[in-house]
Amino acid sequence: MTLLGLSQLASCQGNMDIKTAQYVVNGQKLYKTHCQNCHGAKGEGLGKLYPPLTDHNYLSKNREKLACIIKNGMSGEIEIHGEKYNQIMPANPTLNNVDVAYILTYITTTFGDADSTFTQEEVIKNLADCNK
Amino acid sequence: MIKNILALAAVTITFIACESKTQKLPIIGERDVVEKVVDGKTVVDTVYAAIPEFEFLNQDSTLISDKDFDNKIYVANFFFTHCPSICPTMQRNVLKAYQKYKGNAGVAFLSHSIDFKYDQPHILKSYATKLGVDNDQWQFVTGSKSAIYGISDKYLVFTKEDENVPGGYDHSGYLVLIDHNKYIRGVYDGTSEEETEKLMKDMDILLAEYK
Repeated sequence: MTLLGLSQLASCQGNMDIKTAQYVVNGQKLYKTHCQNCHGAKGEGLGKLYPPLTDHNYLSKNREKLACIIKNGMSGEIEIHGEKYNQIMPANPTLNNVDVAYILTYITTTFGDADSTFTQEEVIKNLADCNK
Repeated sequence: MIKNILALAAVTITFIACESKTQKLPIIGERDVVEKVVDGKTVVDTVYAAIPEFEFLNQDSTLISDKDFDNKIYVANFFFTHCPSICPTMQRNVLKAYQKYKGNAGVAFLSHSIDFKYDQPHILKSYATKLGVDNDQWQFVTGSKSAIYGISDKYLVFTKEDENVPGGYDHSGYLVLIDHNKYIRGVYDGTSEEETEKLMKDMDILLAEYK
């Protein structure tokens, strides 16, 4: 039954395979708990306080930094959709690697234009390089 | 037969329309029943709990008081600027109401910061500006711990310093609707979109009392 649901979801989302669809479903749940308060249900952000997560350019250019931002938080000025944002984002130390992979798959495919899984291996590799 | 049903429907609709026109919000909170002597007769009167006088520093470092809300209905809540939990959702919802009633001099908004240590006026100003608040209809205020936490009780909103919760302060995300007499006329969960819609409907109902 779940499989059927997932395959339907996958077919709805075009090129996405079942694994990606599964990551998206899990990612959405985690997104609601950890991200949605500030970034909004549609990734729309809030005023100039919290940036939207819908800037495709930013997401693809900074893909290898995204895991570090979620896990360790962020400070300093960034530019999203041509607007400047400068607010401290808190760290999420309780999220494990697979959680981060779920969330990033959800964000990059739903708000961004990616169509594949943000894998755990990618998260592990990116997190190892955070301070480089 | 069909005619009868239509007539009945018409009557029902008229009835419903009349009903909604006279809809009135309740007064919420504690009340005392007191006996008074008026013209030699003893009468029973109900005294409702009202928001007491207050004075707080706002985002422009100006002292504002309850007098600034005279002849207005207003929505009060409690938050802090670096709150990682319910506040962004709550303020996102208040922002919808602010945008709806922007320019209406009979409506105001009052956000109390419960982080009396960090949220100085310039922090509140920067927060308000970034949120998209560009007139004085929405006030962001700070005050002493006892003043802010004391008045939150009057608004029936729970607030507490607690190092065990994210951000260091525990509080409930209620939006409290206050009328011209400083009575509480509605309490809404500010983290819920549906409740915020209800708040805006109730604000219209309350505004109609003062037309």
